Amino acid sequence: MAWFKRESGELDTSGEKKVRTEGLWVKCEHCRQIIWKKDLEDNFQVCPKCDKHFRIDARARLAQLLDDNQYEIFDSNLVSTDPLKFVDLKAYSSRLKTAQTDTGLKDAIINARGKLNGRPVIVSAMEYSFIGGSMGAVVGEAITRAIEQGIESKAPVIIISASGGARMMEGVISLMQLAKISAALARLDEAKVPYISVLTDPTTGGVTASFAMLGDLNIAEPGALIGFAGPRVIEQTIRQKLPQGFQRSEFLLEHGMLDAVVHRKQLKSYIARALNFMAA
Amino acid sequence: MADATLVVTGADFLLSMVETRWAKRNGSRMESKAQLELEKIEQQVAKLQSLAGQSEETARQIEQLNQRLDALRSQVTGKLTAWQRTELARHPQRPYTLDYVERVFSDWSEIHGDRGFADDPAIVCGMARLQGEEVMVIGHQKARDTKQKVYRNFGMPNPEGYRKALRAMKIAEKFGRPILTFVDTPGAYPGLGAEERGQAEAIARNLREMARLRVPIITTITGEGGSGGALAIAVGDRVLMMENSVYSVISPEGCASIMWRDATKKELAAEALHITAKDLDEMQCIDGIVPEPEGGAHTDHEAAAALLSASLQENLAKLKAVPIAELLASRYNKFRQIAQFFRAE
Repeated sequence: MAWFKRESGELDTSGEKKVRTEGLWVKCEHCRQIIWKKDLEDNFQVCPKCDKHFRIDARARLAQLLDDNQYEIFDSNLVSTDPLKFVDLKAYSSRLKTAQTDTGLKDAIINARGKLNGRPVIVSAMEYSFIGGSMGAVVGEAITRAIEQGIESKAPVIIISASGGARMMEGVISLMQLAKISAALARLDEAKVPYISVLTDPTTGGVTASFAMLGDLNIAEPGALIGFAGPRVIEQTIRQKLPQGFQRSEFLLEHGMLDAVVHRKQLKSYIARALNFMAA
Repeated sequence: MADATLVVTGADFLLSMVETRWAKRNGSRMESKAQLELEKIEQQVAKLQSLAGQSEETARQIEQLNQRLDALRSQVTGKLTAWQRTELARHPQRPYTLDYVERVFSDWSEIHGDRGFADDPAIVCGMARLQGEEVMVIGHQKARDTKQKVYRNFGMPNPEGYRKALRAMKIAEKFGRPILTFVDTPGAYPGLGAEERGQAEAIARNLREMARLRVPIITTITGEGGSGGALAIAVGDRVLMMENSVYSVISPEGCASIMWRDATKKELAAEALHITAKDLDEMQCIDGIVPEPEGGAHTDHEAAAALLSASLQENLAKLKAVPIAELLASRYNKFRQIAQFFRAE
């Protein structure tokens, strides 16, 4: 008699699983510990064990900053016309479509009017998952309009950057957005309307080299990659390994490029504090 | 006399060969070879012209040859690919800022340093006169021999360069002198020190401050307009591009290695990025194109400088006639209205 012979045939696997674990746990890419997803969500998407700030999308940003998650979105209907009819290994037009379907946005930005601790503010939040948060004609125009709203309504402007820089597929048109936004910021500055730039992981290229560095205050989340050139380009140029922590928020703070590095939990109260100082 | 007829016939024959080949390949590739051949024929014709005692018949034939040459030459240069323009823009004999300073301006007096960290030789600034008129000249500076190239950092500024440029611009503003900038850089230097000292901040600040400087600004892209590193001194009331210059958000090589994962696709990338003066003019990202001598600015520095000088004088005269408030408003509107390639859905 075979000891292990199954008497009742194959196991029945058709029924619904009683215990589901997938999607409940995530691994922190920094400390490699397993975190309960609910803990992560309750902790503003920051690892409760090592304080690693996970990337979050534009909507989550607005929810964290604006009172009661109440805000009015504006200029969300702008769409790129693919001016260069750019095609590399894939057509830009199809990349755009995919990104639009994936994110439910028309481009890598959300403009919103809302209140921050009761004070009306204009927030422009970049969406990194939309083609790397890159800035083309639409992002440039949306941010400029947000700044103009600030000038008109005297409401402080908060821009949350998360971007690889100018969008290559719109060529020099993307580059021109840097000049356009910076010119608008000069007007905002002259109107004495507060502008807080929040730099999150990652903020590089033309975005850093324009509006992200032009805040009355430039504040960053801990551990965010912030720079002009990407680390790989620099390594190739200088042909040596980059030091530990190079181009991270703390490095920039040390070198005098940031006003503060603020934990995501304190971000809202920090901005509120600053706006109390700046605005009547 | 018989010699002259022979040369004319020879040149005529060569020319028809080039013409047929040109017609056949219809503007794809190999134009640089065509250029070489054209140069040879031109030399022959020029030699012929210099010979004494020509008959009227030969003179007429030479005239005809010259016309055909001109037509062909403008076809060849007119049809350069974006990558060939890039090569022209980077040509080692192309005039650099100081070459133009020498030829276009007088009373040049350079000023140095950002008052914070260092003097950056990749950007030169100085007081100069354009036809007697005091102006501030600011431009990227490349070099031709190895030692000088290293000294100039291949025309790639560090933050100090941009800060020096802004300091010079503020001096010009204070004393009501127009600013003329000349752009020719592969880009801002992507180095460790540059990042530490705030390359991004230096560029960003220039963009904002140039938008509101209370004096006329004319920018000319003379060679390579390399992304943010170019734009940082290129927010002008007039932005001009020389005929064979390029202006781009990224180098064709960089774009090719990112988008195609293959740096050898640079020709494709150059085309796709729309970086030539004509492209930018069509997209209304610039205000005008400065013509270059036949074959490119590198063939004749004097002629290139003369053409540039004429364009600068013309534009400056126009800008100076505009009241400053109006000038600032139109500068703002120009950049506000630029590159509006979106639609509302």
